[in-house]
Amino acid sequence: MKAFQIEQGIVAPIDRANVDTDMIIPKQFLKSILRSGFGPNLFDELRYLDKGEPGQDCSARPLNMDFVLNQARYAGTSILLARKNFGCGSSREHAPWALDDFGIRCVIAPSFADIFFNNCFNNGLLPIVLDEAIVDDLFARVAANEGYQLTINLPEQCVTTPEGNSYSFEVDANRKHRLLNGLDDIGITLNSADAIKTYEQKWRQQSPWLFDSIK
Amino acid sequence: MAGKTLYDKLWDSHVVEQRADGSALIYIDRQLLHEVTSPQAFEGLRLAGRKPWRVDANLATPDHNVPSDVHERAGGIASIVDEISRIQVQTLDDNCDEFGIKEFKINDREQGIVHVVGPETGATLPGMTLVCGDSHTATHGAFAALAHGVGTSEVEHVLATQCLVQKKMKNMKVEVTGTLGLGVTPKDVVLAIIGKIGTAGGTGYAIEFAGQVFRDMSMEGRMTVCNMAIEGGARIGMVAVDDTTINYVEGRQFAPKGEQWQQAVAAWRDLVSDDDAVFDAVVTLRGEDIRPQVTWGTSPEQVAAVDAVVPVPADITDPVQRAAAERALTYMGLKGGMAISEIPVDEVFIGSCTNSRIEDLRAAAAVVAGKQKAASVTRAMVVPGSGQVKLQAEQEGLDKIFIAAGIEWRQPSCSMCLAMNSDVLPAGSHCASTSNRNFEGRQGFGGRTHLVSPAMAAAAAIYGHFVDVSKL
Ligand code: SF4
Repeated sequence: MKAFQIEQGIVAPIDRANVDTDMIIPKQFLKSILRSGFGPNLFDELRYLDKGEPGQDCSARPLNMDFVLNQARYAGTSILLARKNFGCGSSREHAPWALDDFGIRCVIAPSFADIFFNNCFNNGLLPIVLDEAIVDDLFARVAANEGYQLTINLPEQCVTTPEGNSYSFEVDANRKHRLLNGLDDIGITLNSADAIKTYEQKWRQQSPWLFDSIK
Repeated sequence: MAGKTLYDKLWDSHVVEQRADGSALIYIDRQLLHEVTSPQAFEGLRLAGRKPWRVDANLATPDHNVPSDVHERAGGIASIVDEISRIQVQTLDDNCDEFGIKEFKINDREQGIVHVVGPETGATLPGMTLVCGDSHTATHGAFAALAHGVGTSEVEHVLATQCLVQKKMKNMKVEVTGTLGLGVTPKDVVLAIIGKIGTAGGTGYAIEFAGQVFRDMSMEGRMTVCNMAIEGGARIGMVAVDDTTINYVEGRQFAPKGEQWQQAVAAWRDLVSDDDAVFDAVVTLRGEDIRPQVTWGTSPEQVAAVDAVVPVPADITDPVQRAAAERALTYMGLKGGMAISEIPVDEVFIGSCTNSRIEDLRAAAAVVAGKQKAASVTRAMVVPGSGQVKLQAEQEGLDKIFIAAGIEWRQPSCSMCLAMNSDVLPAGSHCASTSNRNFEGRQGFGGRTHLVSPAMAAAAAIYGHFVDVSKL
């Protein structure tokens, strides 16, 4: 998992409430055997004018130029600004996979759906909850300034604007530690690698037939 | 201090690290892999730049998507008709090749359903922890192994760390005393247990099946019972080690040999619950009371003896159960009060990780020998659990008995247990099935599944309805 420390990037506004995971990545893409490669289908129904199918080459598809992610001024975005209850609906982990694959590192919203919120931390994404008034203000600033960027400082737990405003946000200490160090569940277990090796050695002596038998 | 249960012993011997929150890091000795739940786990490893912790702890084989039809099977992966199925099977091959994991490929003699292949190759051994991305992994508990199903992210976790973070479960003993009557099989025993404890009765428990009936049971039978522990809500079902266990394991491909064998057997003898072990719950049945079973509903607990009647919902006092029975009867197209033996059988499926081993096929063949499939039964098929089972059955001439009776003899796969390959039960059809789940749509959209033993399924193929095999 990618570590998250400080992220400075262009902000793209997704100006609607209750964006569900089916909107983030429609269900026909769940048949994939991979967890990467979902980026071109992120927000598929909003981004393209035709209906997307898995395995299709998206570069030739007609784009919906009204959708923010298709607009030149948001090219290279890594921070999404969103409305209430972002990520509601099905529990599919494909939603954070798609965001990550597209290059999004952080989503700012007044509130998030629970499972999506959790899934983000397990996939190196930082969801940030800010007051609705602050989010409103940020939407206005993004609209008024082309190339508007924010700086997300996870160690300091604050979002800084180019104007010099700074908003602090909450993050659970354990999750913060995991994000800062890029530790997913496997990463945490691997912190105990020495204990695993010690156990394995003892176990191999005791039950040698459980080792090297499948060749 | 009270003695330990079998589960306590298996757990204690695998704790790598006890955590403050009550969970523990548990070492996993064996992981079985199949094509459906492993691709994203391998992809996760690749994306994170990780390698499997111990390649030799893993064994893979494709089963869920593999065709049972001899023609669709002939050309290997390339001839699988459904594209998604083909890609999944191909991806398993690619991943195993890339990471160096041992795999029995689609047309290898040892290929088969993971829960048949593990035990028969000796990849499943007493005293080990074993996981697989499949809920019927409890099967392997028949060997006094700590075995349970896991999700795809846990498959990846085990590949990368050889460990899982787990919380210990409570202990339940399910005791079946005495002896079984004529025509009563392990499948009937486990269906009767589920009928008694319900589909959630074992939730949160590791079950140990104990008592004379299990002592007298073959390994195949014990696997059938442990396989369905999950249908009683328990992720783990186990039977203690005895001579039957050790005799079964001896000489198998991956089993210890020579001096190591002696050493292993000595260690395995301890894999029994101590006399003074304490169980959190105990359930007891009398073997003599168990009759051949048939499920009439859409949950394995909706089960009755073959000589009983379908329950009348109005007679059920519990309102939740009454509503469930009404819904089930509507889906199944059955009426309360009708005799189980009156249910017409349109199709017969003998197979699945519950009942596709050699003994199961022998029991079915014994019933059909010299007889003919009923004209009203549109299709009956036998799908052996593995290439080795198939070979053994053919050496014994069982295939000829089935074919002569008008029953199809197919290639090893999960097949109509979950209808992921081309074997699908048509809507509205009643199927006598030796599999483990009778959920709505499990064997095909609108299909109506009746779970039974291999002998009962075979008899249904001959008579076109359910008959009491103990009276044949
Ligand atoms: S036979 Fe059925 S229950 Fe068993 S592993 Fe295959 S699909 Fe699952």
